[in-house]
Amino acid sequence: MSDPIKSGILYGTALVGIAAGTLFGVTTLLGMNRPPIVSVQRGFRGTGMDQLYTPATLAALQVQARVPRSLPPASPAGVKAAVAYKNVQVLRNLSVGQFTRLMVSITTWVAPKQGCSYCHNVANMAWDGLYTKVVARRMIQMTQNINGNWQSHVQNVGVTCYTCHGGNPVPKNIWFNNPGPESATGIAETQTGMAHPTAVLNESSLPYDPFTPFLEHAVSIREQGTTALPSGNTASIKETEWTYALMIHFSQSLGVNCTYCHNTRAFGDWSQSSPARVNAWYGIRMVRDINNAYLDSLQGVFPVYRKGQLGDSPKVNCATCHQGIYKPLYGVSMLKTFPELAKPYVEEAKVEAPVPAVTPVPGVAPSPTEKPLPVVPDNTTPHDSTPH
Amino acid sequence: MAMLSFEGKYRVRGGTLVGGDLFDFWWGPFYVGFFGVTTVFFSLLGTLLILYGAVLSHTFNIWRINIAPPDIGYGLAFAPIKEGGLWQAITICAVGAFCSWALRQVEISRKLGMGYHVPFAFSVAIFAYVTLEVFRPLLMGAWGYGFPYGILSHLDWVSNTGYQYLHFHYNPAHMLAVTFFFTTTLALSLHGSLVLSAANPKPGESMKTAEHENTFFRDIIGYSIGTLGIHRLGLFLALSAGFWSAVCIIISGPFWTGGWPAWWGWWLNLPIWR
Repeated sequence: MSDPIKSGILYGTALVGIAAGTLFGVTTLLGMNRPPIVSVQRGFRGTGMDQLYTPATLAALQVQARVPRSLPPASPAGVKAAVAYKNVQVLRNLSVGQFTRLMVSITTWVAPKQGCSYCHNVANMAWDGLYTKVVARRMIQMTQNINGNWQSHVQNVGVTCYTCHGGNPVPKNIWFNNPGPESATGIAETQTGMAHPTAVLNESSLPYDPFTPFLEHAVSIREQGTTALPSGNTASIKETEWTYALMIHFSQSLGVNCTYCHNTRAFGDWSQSSPARVNAWYGIRMVRDINNAYLDSLQGVFPVYRKGQLGDSPKVNCATCHQGIYKPLYGVSMLKTFPELAKPYVEEAKVEAPVPAVTPVPGVAPSPTEKPLPVVPDNTTPHDSTPH
Repeated sequence: MAMLSFEGKYRVRGGTLVGGDLFDFWWGPFYVGFFGVTTVFFSLLGTLLILYGAVLSHTFNIWRINIAPPDIGYGLAFAPIKEGGLWQAITICAVGAFCSWALRQVEISRKLGMGYHVPFAFSVAIFAYVTLEVFRPLLMGAWGYGFPYGILSHLDWVSNTGYQYLHFHYNPAHMLAVTFFFTTTLALSLHGSLVLSAANPKPGESMKTAEHENTFFRDIIGYSIGTLGIHRLGLFLALSAGFWSAVCIIISGPFWTGGWPAWWGWWLNLPIWR
């Protein structure tokens, strides 16, 4: 080892080898990925607004997002379902052919293993005694409401039962009001809803239930000041953490990172955000509408074992439809082959008792606690998102 | 020009790595050397290219000059000069200038007959830079992942790149790097305050010695690392900060594309408390 060049090469190689070996070992042990990666650039070059994926993740999502083949369309001609069958309250305008096709499809979308009897008493199909049938009826109304009144979010792609259910009687991603573990309040409060990692929040230590305030109630989400120096923004760190938790949930649900909607140099600034943020803004309102007008209204219908710790209805969040994909089912529109679900039926209001309490008007904030936004985010006032 | 007392020791022939005696001379107080020439070449060219970039982007506002890397679609290929090629050329100049400077430090260390601590320490800073602008883009497959050259624009990149992983404070190497940065400043503040206290006694008292300094810390925390030891510790802490910074960004993307909070799943799933 007297030759310094030789020993230098030897030690150099050993050093690089140890470093590479450690990196390989650690990444393997901790389930990390390795290059190559796949990315989508969504901002001007050099801004770092990129979505990153591994090929394996994308392949798995492609499998998950496979869309079942639709049955061939049925003729709208012929006897109407309302006439042919008893107790048809929502799908009255459909022909018997259309009605049967939709019922069979719903079975494959929602209860493929359980079959018709999951919702129906097969001896008396009209009987409303099974809670699942009452829920299903309300869910059909909900689907029609989403497709008809929330095109600001679902656009023309729309949703069907399959979007959320994906072959499961209960969608995989639902939530309940989460009271969390018992803890002291007031001056002795230590946890502030934090330090209980959950998968829906990327295992982060952020508040574990951001859904109740933001997706059932309409607590203000925006916390960031709009001026460089303090000027009356009273949002606390605690409130900000709740917003952060909600935003992490959005990311998790769509399989994207913060830069999908935001240029993080100025989160709240619409003029610097991506157009996807507008869509998300409507999405938040849509989810509140779904939870309040449809799922909460079924609170008395669901049996105890379908309800949460506090006896509340199961509710939806972004993950319920999106399931890790930026567009549910990668934007394949099943609605095109099921126009029956495209909009609420005119007769519905006459026949149905539980009409949505608030008729959703996209773009108008439903709650007085949150500042309303302009319908189209105004690019001319980059540092102000308050209405003019 | 008058020489400082120690310059006689420094101004000796030899110790060059390349070029033999060709560049082994001084320009005023500055040693030139082969790597001094390459340093000047790369830094001058790089600076001129940045100015050209400022002209292209129609701003000389120092805060707003932005020379961005190519679109990710260019992959690892050369991009047109106005679409990121300039960034590529400037990156080459920067790496050339930084490495030249480190090698010039090596030559000076050899002239002084001292260890390579200075070039080694500077190399860690270069390593962090090259990790950001070369190694990570190489691993991710596109130069477009590098940060842009601009005072505000590179900060915007840092912000967005951090939020690509939802919550960068959960990045374990980032935790280490931040901790080392803070510990560096803590050590420096303890050391600096100790030296200043010892060197500035009350009027009428004589300056305190190293033994006095040791006694102070032995009294207060039961241990003194010593006058030489504090500099070794400081070097270790500072270099660790830079090193783990490089690690924290090289693992973000090439080895982890999701949110950093979820990386801690292995911890949450340890069999003792899962």
